[in-house]
Amino acid sequence: MAYSEQDILAGLAEIVSEETGLPTDAVQPEKSFTDDLDIDSLSMMTIVTLAEEKFDVRIPDDEVKNLATVGDAVSFITNAQA
Amino acid sequence: MSHTTDVVVTGLGATTPLGGDAKSTWAAALAGESGARRFEEDWSAQYGIPVEFAATIKVKPSEVLERPELKRMDPSTQYAIIAAREAWGDAGAPDVDGERLGAVVSSGIGGIWTTLDGWDVLREKGARRVLPMTVPMLMPNSPVAFVSLEFGAKAGAHALVSACASGAEAIGYGVDMIRAGRADVVIAGGTEATIHPMPIAAFAASRTLSLRNDDPQGASRPYDVDRDGFVIGEGAGVVVLESAEHAAARGARVYARIAGVGLSADGYHITSPEPSGDGQIRAMRSALRESGVAATDVVHVNAHATSTVVGDLIEARSIRGVLGDDADHVALSATKSMTGHLLGGAGALETIFTVLALHERQAPPTINVAQPDPELVLDLVRDTPRALPAGDIAAINNSFGFGGHNVALVVTSA
Repeated sequence: MAYSEQDILAGLAEIVSEETGLPTDAVQPEKSFTDDLDIDSLSMMTIVTLAEEKFDVRIPDDEVKNLATVGDAVSFITNAQA
Repeated sequence: MSHTTDVVVTGLGATTPLGGDAKSTWAAALAGESGARRFEEDWSAQYGIPVEFAATIKVKPSEVLERPELKRMDPSTQYAIIAAREAWGDAGAPDVDGERLGAVVSSGIGGIWTTLDGWDVLREKGARRVLPMTVPMLMPNSPVAFVSLEFGAKAGAHALVSACASGAEAIGYGVDMIRAGRADVVIAGGTEATIHPMPIAAFAASRTLSLRNDDPQGASRPYDVDRDGFVIGEGAGVVVLESAEHAAARGARVYARIAGVGLSADGYHITSPEPSGDGQIRAMRSALRESGVAATDVVHVNAHATSTVVGDLIEARSIRGVLGDDADHVALSATKSMTGHLLGGAGALETIFTVLALHERQAPPTINVAQPDPELVLDLVRDTPRALPAGDIAAINNSFGFGGHNVALVVTSA
């Protein structure tokens, strides 16, 4: 079953919140992982690993650098499900 | 005196089977409480593990730490961080240049929960699901690395590993850092989080654990005739060490002085202590020599005494061997009777007990000794604390580890 963009944002927000301690509502589509959410590369890879499991998708390492914002990640996961 | 810099203890922190901080742990120890309890999970039924209890942590880190900290730190690091924060606060958060601040925090075994969880994930879900933080969480220097990060300790961050002597060796190394002029303040201690079914099964396989399943709280009974092995514990102890000069300059409260550090190795057997106690004796003599303390001034010993049949008596004879007739006026305490054996955390926690014993002039009790071993040639403090004399007094804290590591710390009253 495919997750809606809304489900993915909510799920991602939970993962990011667990990893960073930020409240889930701080994780909005326009937020930059590095500049706004202060996520380093090690944390980003943790988030990717957890997101892959949660949404049953594959996020190749080459793609991770293109995921600048939360919205980028939501779009990628949405399309990757198809 | 063979050294020039006096090193004092200005801060204490712990999280243990007896309490979530040093103060409550000490109060429980003076009250003769046991930290042993049954496992929450039935590992006996699940895996056939013959031991059904341990001295588990009293206050779980999930009650104290933030969620991201719980996810980024192995339990052994969580305990160390909790203890380090307390110790640092207790010392009054000294104002010290990071390059003059050191950290030495050891674990005997390391991040075994993380190691085994990672292996479970790999086998069940494949490599893609193994988390990137796995290595920085499982590495044995992880506790000290997180402590160094948190407090900006840049003079050096070290994790000395010597099994059950690790915590004491860490404190000894911290003392040496200050004496060598590498640091003015050092956060030092030991930690362990090993109450996982695999190491429990392994310790049981080596026949070193007590199997007194019908009476967990009575199982750790050093020097009792019916002792049958140690009770595994978990937790951390951390102290703030400081040069006496630095402590005086900022008007810090001084609990006690770490006056001598004695180290030796048995070079004899991978697990059994050398039967004559030669290595233990050399460690204690070396610590006394360095401290300049005479045997006659030693009024208290916090023994390593884990409640094993052979080990307890070798140590008792070693203490007698070092102190001779002066051992007659030593109040001997075996606090593992209450805390269980914290492995890499033990030497640090027992240093805290030794420091507090001198500071408050009372030796903590040894519980569960219904009938002392007739071969015990020392004066054991049983059931209730015993007052220690006024004036300048000294104590020895012994810690020994698998591999033949011996560490003796001589502590003197402030």
